[in-house]
Amino acid sequence: MLSTDTDILATAQAWRRDGRDVALATVIETWGSAPRPVGSHLVIDGEGNFLGSVSGGCVEGAVITEAVEVIEAGTPRVLEFGVADETAWRAGLSCGGRIRVFVERID
Amino acid sequence: MRADLLNDLNAERAARRAAILVTEIPSGEQRLVRAAEIAGDPLAGVLAKHLAAGKSGLVEAEGRPVFLTVQVPPVRLVVIGAVHISQALAAMVGTLDLALTVIDPRTAFATPERFPGIDLVAEWPDVALGQGVLALDRYCALAALTHDPKIDDPALSAALRAECFYVGALGSRKTHAARVGRLTEAGFPPEAIARIHAPIGLPLGAVSPAEIALSILAQIVAELRRAPKPEAS
Repeated sequence: MLSTDTDILATAQAWRRDGRDVALATVIETWGSAPRPVGSHLVIDGEGNFLGSVSGGCVEGAVITEAVEVIEAGTPRVLEFGVADETAWRAGLSCGGRIRVFVERID
Repeated sequence: MRADLLNDLNAERAARRAAILVTEIPSGEQRLVRAAEIAGDPLAGVLAKHLAAGKSGLVEAEGRPVFLTVQVPPVRLVVIGAVHISQALAAMVGTLDLALTVIDPRTAFATPERFPGIDLVAEWPDVALGQGVLALDRYCALAALTHDPKIDDPALSAALRAECFYVGALGSRKTHAARVGRLTEAGFPPEAIARIHAPIGLPLGAVSPAEIALSILAQIVAELRRAPKPEAS
């Protein structure tokens, strides 16, 4: 049932083992109509390569940008996306929902 | 996240054991709680609840937000007997996200024509389940549907030993009474034998193979969602 998301965690492990810089983004909260359920993962490397999804494509670009910064800084971040934040993040959810995403570096 | 925690989480997954990654938000402080360790954890109650539901989620712990990444092995349904009811089951399991394996040593029954696209093992259950072809565990359901003790009994024994979360066997009360006698003779205690659902399926008054298949799947879902769920050893 959770196979897709744990395949992503296996990829995160493999990328790290290969010496790549890796960040993991996880959907930690959703309100209203959200495209991906709580617990969905996106794994990102230092060059912006990624696997998985936190929104089905709507806000991945912004998450990847933030993830590259998290990889450099090492401090986790909580991102929030939704209609109301469209201007701030230059990314929004066309479905009208709102999501919070936790982004952490794999050390 | 520490790389060793990620490796441990993936190792639990590979071993088909449940685990929960506990992350403090926003600090990112983390720990991995394996299913067997939940009882001794400060968040035992809420961890057990989330594990039972199989759902990740944000919770409050001592006034602070904590995210629980719940990892549960995918549920597998093992059916003994490539029979008419099994064909109806095969048509229904996809929508429930159950991985289905059908085992039947009778090669006239276990044919790809009768079970297109289904994982089919034309072996005796003690071979199929005993030699690493398919290892039963707590996240497996087993339904014995052949009516033939030579085929059903070894599978039921294996399912009881592996503590499958669901064990069901087709047959009348009289047939089951005889089965209970054989399993008792084989050394299974009454409480283990009582875990077998027989006659199989929720009492829907099912008549057709598809209706019986539905009653079996309904009973499996009821067992799967009943708290507490199978906890790892």
